[in-house]
Amino acid sequence: MADRQYELVYILPPDSTEAQVAEVQTQIEEVVTRLHGTIASTDNWGRKRLAYEIARHKEGFYVLQTINGSGELMKELDRRLKVMDIVIRQMIVRVDEDKKVVDTVQTRRRTNSERRRVKRGLPPQRQPGEGRPAGEPDDQDDDRFEVGEV
Amino acid sequence: MPFGQGRSGGGGGGRGRAGDKKPGDKEKGQRRTLFRRRKVCKFCADKIDDINYKDVKLIGPFVPERGKILPRRISGTCAKHQRKLQTAIKRARQIALIPYVTE
Repeated sequence: MADRQYELVYILPPDSTEAQVAEVQTQIEEVVTRLHGTIASTDNWGRKRLAYEIARHKEGFYVLQTINGSGELMKELDRRLKVMDIVIRQMIVRVDEDKKVVDTVQTRRRTNSERRRVKRGLPPQRQPGEGRPAGEPDDQDDDRFEVGEV
Repeated sequence: MPFGQGRSGGGGGGRGRAGDKKPGDKEKGQRRTLFRRRKVCKFCADKIDDINYKDVKLIGPFVPERGKILPRRISGTCAKHQRKLQTAIKRARQIALIPYVTE
């Protein structure tokens, strides 16, 4: 079975040291490699304000990772993260299926617009300077208003 | 886009027309329902396909002060996108990007 793709977000306390961050990181890597997964990308969001307090912390150190692997891997990873005291919050979300849907929608939209443009005798891509200049929102006044009378 | 605009004008066009009305009512009625903006789904209009929980800027306007999810009848979001928005907001709440409640 093809690998699924997941996103893992976890939050560490803002006062955690570099060593602690690295420690969590190596533990995750260890689990991932043991269960035949791969880490596709790691993204440190850095310190962010939490919308609400978690374990008396008002700020948190966010890390986002994209991981390819099986469901069992993510289950195990989630369990391990729950056990770790230093991780104050974690969330795993499956993303590959949503990504696929978004891709198909976007390609369909692009091909449709290209087809229509060719039909009208235009080059398939939008030329610079064509259409409404960017940044200028379309005039919403005329057709979006409904005149209601009481 | 200002939400909630023209809500007061609802009430059904037909009902307000009923013959005997107090003069005060009439005046008020005329003032508030001259124009009603037709609501358009923001995500359809801007062709946003992916409503992501990480994108607080995008989701933010749909979570007003109190922290509740803005209903469809006010924001004008279409059913499909409201569903996606809902999951995105709930995920964002889990990782403390958006509050559950604010007093």
